[in-house]
Formats: sequence, C-alpha cells, structure tokens
Amino acid sequence: MSHAPSHAQSAASVPSQGSGELFSSPDCEALRDAMRQRPRGMVNKLTTVSEAVRRLLSDGEYLAIGGFGGDRIPTAALHEIVRQGRQRLSFAGHTATHDFQILCAGNLTGRGTLLEKVDIAYVVGLEARGLSPHARRVIESGEVATTEWSNYALAVRFRAAAMGVPFLPVRVMLGTDTFNRSAARTVTCPFTGQQLAALPALSPDVAIIHVHEADRYGNCRIRGTTVADFDLARAAKKVIITCERLIPEEEIRRDPSQTIIPYYCVDAVCEVPFGSYPANMPYEYFSDEQHLKAWLQAERDLDTFQAFLEKHIFGVSDFHDYLAICGGTRRLQELRRDELFPAG
Amino acid sequence: MSSYTPMELMICAAARLLEDNSTIVVGTGAPCAAAMLAQRTTAPRLTLLFEAGGVGPRLPRMPISVGDSRTFFQGVMATSMADIMETCQRGMVDYTFIGGAQIDPYGNLNSTIIGDDYNRPKVRLPGSGGANDLGSLCWRTLIMTQHDPRRFVEKLDFMTTPGYLTGPGAREAAGLPRGTGPYRVITNLAVMGFAEETCRMQILSLHPGVTLADVQTATGFELPPACDPLPVTPPPSDEQLEILRNEVDPHRYILGRNAA
Repeated sequence: MSHAPSHAQSAASVPSQGSGELFSSPDCEALRDAMRQRPRGMVNKLTTVSEAVRRLLSDGEYLAIGGFGGDRIPTAALHEIVRQGRQRLSFAGHTATHDFQILCAGNLTGRGTLLEKVDIAYVVGLEARGLSPHARRVIESGEVATTEWSNYALAVRFRAAAMGVPFLPVRVMLGTDTFNRSAARTVTCPFTGQQLAALPALSPDVAIIHVHEADRYGNCRIRGTTVADFDLARAAKKVIITCERLIPEEEIRRDPSQTIIPYYCVDAVCEVPFGSYPANMPYEYFSDEQHLKAWLQAERDLDTFQAFLEKHIFGVSDFHDYLAICGGTRRLQELRRDELFPAG
Repeated sequence: MSSYTPMELMICAAARLLEDNSTIVVGTGAPCAAAMLAQRTTAPRLTLLFEAGGVGPRLPRMPISVGDSRTFFQGVMATSMADIMETCQRGMVDYTFIGGAQIDPYGNLNSTIIGDDYNRPKVRLPGSGGANDLGSLCWRTLIMTQHDPRRFVEKLDFMTTPGYLTGPGAREAAGLPRGTGPYRVITNLAVMGFAEETCRMQILSLHPGVTLADVQTATGFELPPACDPLPVTPPPSDEQLEILRNEVDPHRYILGRNAA
C-alpha cells in the first residue's frame, strides 16, 4: 500500500542539530553513579504525600509525571508540590494536560516560579476540552524556557535512560521545526547509512506515578495502558508512587507477572484512594468533566483563578478535603458508574 | 436523500477513504467518528489504535482523551505509547488522522505557535503531541480541517508535523520513511490530494454546491484542480447518516460542532 508520491533517496544530508536547550545531561556514567547510590533494600516505604514531596523533591530539580495528562495522574502529589511552593523545576511535558495545568498554578500567581524549564511534547491543551488559559499565560509570558519534542521522542528519551545508554535513534521529528527547536541531533546509521534522529537520554530527578495497586515496598501494578511509565519508573533517580490501594506483599508474589514497577525503583509509597481525580483512572472512575470545565472557566480571569486555587488547593489540608469539596463520595460514585458502564 | 451538515459530509467522506482490514491511529473528535463510521459500514475489520496504548477497542462512546479508558474498552490490548508509535515506525499502520492550526501547500502542519517569535508567541498551542510521530511514520496521513485562508497558508508560523516538507524527495532526504506522507485533506468545502510531480496540494472533488472559486478564495495559496471538470464529493448516504447520528455520536459531541 504505497500510493503516496515516492521519490528516489537523495544524497545523504549533512548532520544537523536542534537549537533547543538540553535541560538534563544524557551522560550514562553519571546516571550509573547516581543509581549506585540509590537504596535497594526491600523495606517499608509507606509515607504521606506531603512527606514524600517534602523529602524527595527539591527546588531546581527535574520532575516527570506518569500517566497521560487527564488519565491516571498523581493529582494529590501535584497539589502538594504547588502547596509546598516548590521553585524553579524542570518538567517533562509529554501529553501533560491537567497535570501541567496544576503545576502552572505556581507561576504568575504571586508564588514565585514553580516551572522554570519545560521539555514540551504537548502542554497547554487539554485535548478535546480546549486550551488552558493560565497555562497559555505562563508559556506565552516567556518566563519559562522551552524545548520542543514529540510524545514518542520523550517516551524514547525515558527508555534510553532506563536502558542506561546516552541516546536512541528514531525516525521522527526529522525535517521539521519541532526538530529545529529540540535538542536532538541527526546521526547516520553505521550499517545502512540511513539518517536518523538521535534523542538524548532523559533521567528525571523525580518521577511521580499513580498506579492501581502497590505493596508497601513499592512493587506496583497498573491496569490499562502503561503510557511511558514502565520506562519512566526505571529512568528516574527518585520515584514517588501514589496508589489507589495498598495490597499485601503476598498478593504481589501470587502473580508477579502483573508487576510493572519493582520495589527497587521506588522511594516512597503513598496510598491515595481516588488519587487521579479529576482525571480518569481506568477500571476505577472516569474523568470529572464538570470539574475540569470549572478549572478552565476559572482560569480565564486571574483573580477568579486565585480564588479557585485558594478554595481547592491552598485552603485545603489534604486530598480528602479536596474530594469532599468536589462532591465527595456521591460524585465519585457517579464517576465510577461512568467508568464501568460507559455505554450507559 | 436526507439533508446533512458540512461536518457530517466531512466525516462520511473521510470514512469512505478507509479500507477494510487496515490499521489506523486516531485521535478524538471528528477523525474518531469517521473511523467508527467506517467500522460500521465499509471497513468492519478496521483496527483502531490510540497513541497512549489502546488497541482495537469496542468504543462504547467517543473518547475525550486519546489515553482515556474508552480507548481500550473491550480492546485486544492495552500497551504503551512507544509500542503504538513503534508499530507505526516499522510500517504496520496504514492511516492516521491529524489536524493543526495551519497547513501549507505541501501538507506540513502547525500545532505549536501562532506568531513569528517562538519565545514570545501570540498564541501557544499544545505542540506536537503525537502528531509529528504519526505524520512521520504512518503510510497515509489524512487531515480534516476547516477551510479558511488563516489555516491554508503559503508559509507556516512553525512546522510541527511533516507533510512533504519542501517538495519531492524532501521527506526521504530528511530520513523519514519512504512512501509515506499526506494523502487527503478533507475540509468543509472540498477533498484535496497531492500532485505526484510537485507534492503540492490540489483539489480532487468539490462538495455539493461548492464552486472552484469558493475553495480558492478560502485558501491562502495557489490551489489548482486536479482535473477539469472536478467531480462532486458524494454526499452522505442515508445509511451513513443513520449510523453516524444514532450509533457513532448519539449525544452529538462532534455533530453538534461547526466543521473541525
């Protein structure tokens, strides 16, 4: 099936590289040194979200978030990062939608600069729901340094780090401004002469991933799509897990084939029921489209948005209170029904 | 023959392009509606893939995110984004649908910024997402968009996703897979393709009631007809409309909108 116009391959192009800034080092020896220092004990890592964020995420570090923006995101941890006022983070924006929207609440709202550098594959938008006015404000202000990538490119960059190699070759981004504004380079295949895009390994300082089930050591199960989380959990130097429910170690051992993330990749485990709300959690609850619409509405005017943030994030003590404000178990029951009986 | 909206015509025209026993990566919205309609009419064995990892769902409702749980509802696999993109990269995905805020004569697309200063854009759009990946790797790229001169521009503010780049041979020279590229552009006015010798966009058919001048006025670059006279895009059949309205989008999530 090849009815597209086809043309003979022209002479090999000269090597080129994007002009974007590389926000993290792809050095695999430095990564091994960092991994060598990580604790490996299969010990109890249970803690609270606020303690995990306080202890494991520092100002100026590089953060990545699991899931897919409006699907299986660690909302409680994202709120906590904003509430604790982390500053000058770098961020991996691979289809970052509601997660990015939450983090943007720490920019241009009188609380310093939460986001300083963003690797962008997809930010600012919330897919079919439209663009986030405040995320637009933050990026359009020019106060955040950005470098462009594609979704697959960021997934591959995590995989390179997970593999412990400094780069991987792919056949995307080539020939476009996405490449020109990236920090990728072209490379020639030593076997075939094919021109490829070389993507530098990305090892975030901290990854936060919401999963369905984990034991207290950090062995994790994910149902549904894994997006990039298999690789992200292995690529990051520190990993915080939030989970819908804790399960016993014996349950993990009963069926180890279900383990997606092993304990030695994990630094903290926090049990957060409904922890992806208002985003979708497969087989648990659907996204709360009304609440996501309320976010987008509130963001249009900065004062209205400040009041919205005060009510939903800064003025609440923890995620339980947030869920209660958003309709509590009554709303969650509706969303569970939406998820389990999508045809009505 | 029932009456229909421009959006319904676009979805029905797009659905007819999808061959049976093929594979397609779709997003949300009208493209998803077109793929679902094709499955219920001419392409029952069309396999839908979604970029976050959903494969072969029995879509119970229109997804709102290309990663939401409907994208693998009763599916054959829930996998990773890399697995989907690599299925495209090794040549097993026939079609994809992508869109953008701007498209140029070579089918290159912009979904990154509006404005001429990357660092201080007039409007920051989401960026590539999976669009660059899919437009690079799938055999045939289909584009559904509203037809107006602000979208159909000679020069993009930013080339997010590759069409034929600068013309014949440019994709291959850049290292993109041989034999891939934009295949059809479906708008509220016409269906376009790309000339073999120049890789530039040309009109293949005009929608009922639309003139050549209407299309050219709505386009910011020279857009010639592929032949003279141009055929008329077949209007939606009663069967297509019935299925589209009652099964694919009964809540009018897509059909209630203006074109694209």
